Amino acid sequence: MTTSEAALPSTTLGLEPPTRGRGWAPAWMRRHNLQLWIGGVMLGLMVLAAVAAPLITRYNPTTPDALHTLLGPSGEHLFGTDNLGRDVFTRVVYGTRSDLTIAVVAVVAPFIIGLVFGIVTGYFGGWIDTIMMRIADIVTAFPFFILVISLVFILGNGAWSIFVAITCVSWVAYARLVRGEAMVLRNKEFVAACQAGGISPVRILLRHFAPNVATQALVYSMSDIVMNVGVIVTLSYFGLGIVPPTPDWGSMMADGQQFLAGGYYGLTLFPAAAVIWTSLALSFIGDGLAHALRIDR
Amino acid sequence: MSTDPLLRCSDVVVTFKQKHSKEPFYAVKNASLDVGAGQIVGLVGESGSGKSTLARAVVGLQRVDSGVIAFDAHQLGNRRTREDRQGIQMVFQDPYGSLDPRMSIRATLAEVIRRHTDLRGKGIDKRCLELMDMVRLPGSLLRSRPAGMSGGQRQRVAIARALSINPRLLVADEAVAALDVSVQAGIVNLLSDLRDEAGLSILFISHDLSIIRTLCDRVSVIYRGEIVEERPCADLFANPHSDYTKALLSAIPRLNGPRSEGLGQGQSLRM
Ligand SMILES: Nc1ncnc2c1ncn2[C@@H]1O[C@H](COP(=O)(O)OP(=O)(O)O)[C@@H](O)[C@H]1O
Ligand SMILES: [Mg+2]
Repeated sequence: MTTSEAALPSTTLGLEPPTRGRGWAPAWMRRHNLQLWIGGVMLGLMVLAAVAAPLITRYNPTTPDALHTLLGPSGEHLFGTDNLGRDVFTRVVYGTRSDLTIAVVAVVAPFIIGLVFGIVTGYFGGWIDTIMMRIADIVTAFPFFILVISLVFILGNGAWSIFVAITCVSWVAYARLVRGEAMVLRNKEFVAACQAGGISPVRILLRHFAPNVATQALVYSMSDIVMNVGVIVTLSYFGLGIVPPTPDWGSMMADGQQFLAGGYYGLTLFPAAAVIWTSLALSFIGDGLAHALRIDR
Repeated sequence: MSTDPLLRCSDVVVTFKQKHSKEPFYAVKNASLDVGAGQIVGLVGESGSGKSTLARAVVGLQRVDSGVIAFDAHQLGNRRTREDRQGIQMVFQDPYGSLDPRMSIRATLAEVIRRHTDLRGKGIDKRCLELMDMVRLPGSLLRSRPAGMSGGQRQRVAIARALSINPRLLVADEAVAALDVSVQAGIVNLLSDLRDEAGLSILFISHDLSIIRTLCDRVSVIYRGEIVEERPCADLFANPHSDYTKALLSAIPRLNGPRSEGLGQGQSLRM
């Protein structure tokens, strides 16, 4: 540790360094934090549609209709129907219920586990850090997708196994992120001031570390939801995830693929568009959050 | 000076493990230093000489290998009780790192007050206003976070936090080094007033001899972890004994000139 008096001449201390990462949105969007609003509205629409699904569509997502198979988009069937005559729009909307719900719920546990884990290792350091990060290393030694797929394979299909598998693997990313932030915080003088003031470590971690490291983790969790959607859709695409006939974007794409050659693009494209829509919405929100939660305001 | 100083450090040793050697690194070597009640004692030395390490040892943030740190004739161990901590508080160098960016000034002050007093609610509000008054900041700032505040204002808040539990000794580690010269003067005056009005004792650490000269009653000069000279301030400036002190003093007028010679290892006094 070298002291900072030489590194910090008074003349260069004019401004606090910016605390946020660089987002991708153009300046005009950023000025009013439009990303957050756009993303919020995009996601809001989806959530609303999923919650109010029975009100906005009169079809059942799983009941076949032999008389109306493979219809193109029309006023009657917004996105057309599939080979079993089910309304594609209805299935996409109900697919949101399964895919997005699991994706969001599967972020909560890793977030909390990673936050606690990262704060503790980052603050205490030493052998606690060594042991705990060795555990994290073991998880990271395997490629993310392979590990999740193997776990789901072992645990069996269904929402619960997906949830468990994702939790087992993705907490590590949060832990590393938070640990890095905590290690920076640990050397801040306000932490020394707390220690000198007799504030207990538990309180320092809860009142000072948690709020300061949670922002980055929260911003990251938005892209983590996107990743989860990808995992769930991929698993279901391969028939490993959500069990049919429960509607889900992955199995819809897999089923629709065989009709691509016949020119029925909608069966694959509409669920794919839903995935892209979700990803965009969450990226917007993540970027907007990073902007909204930065410290210098 | 009374016979029992408020703070007495004798033969304090602090070592750190070295990465590439079995030998420990002596950051502080047999340092002895007294601060009498109501005194402002300066500690000068170049960067890396062990000033902060000694300061952290005094406050109880740094484990001591051997030696005695006694406060009010009562020996302090490496583990400090709440009462031990209440007597000695510290102000740090970096005004941008010494306040939690996500906490309001009131919350920052209240946290320490709650830990050490029975004040709650309105009582804390009143105490916070008192403290802001003491450090000459408007009470309206209590609701804000550090982000919008200047370095000088932050440093005043840091002083207020240190004073919030009525310590008898304040350790100020390079507390003005990161501030503009005009702002420095304000903080130095504040510390001087606090001593005059409240009888606060201060261990004032700096590498800036001109500030030491205006503020301190006595000065200790530290060089590579060792105290090489300890004298009344005026005396030291008029008639330095050790070669190192002479070199330090001769460096003052040449601060902005060519690098000064004669500071061990060919190093100049870094400002
Ligand atoms: N935690 C630490 N671990 C190892 N070495 C340290 C540590 N803290 C300080 N040192 C070393 O001790 C010496 C004195 O440091 P410090 O007390 O910060 O000096 P000063 O405040 O006078 O600039 C330096 O050489 C520094 O590198
Ligand atoms: Mg220092």
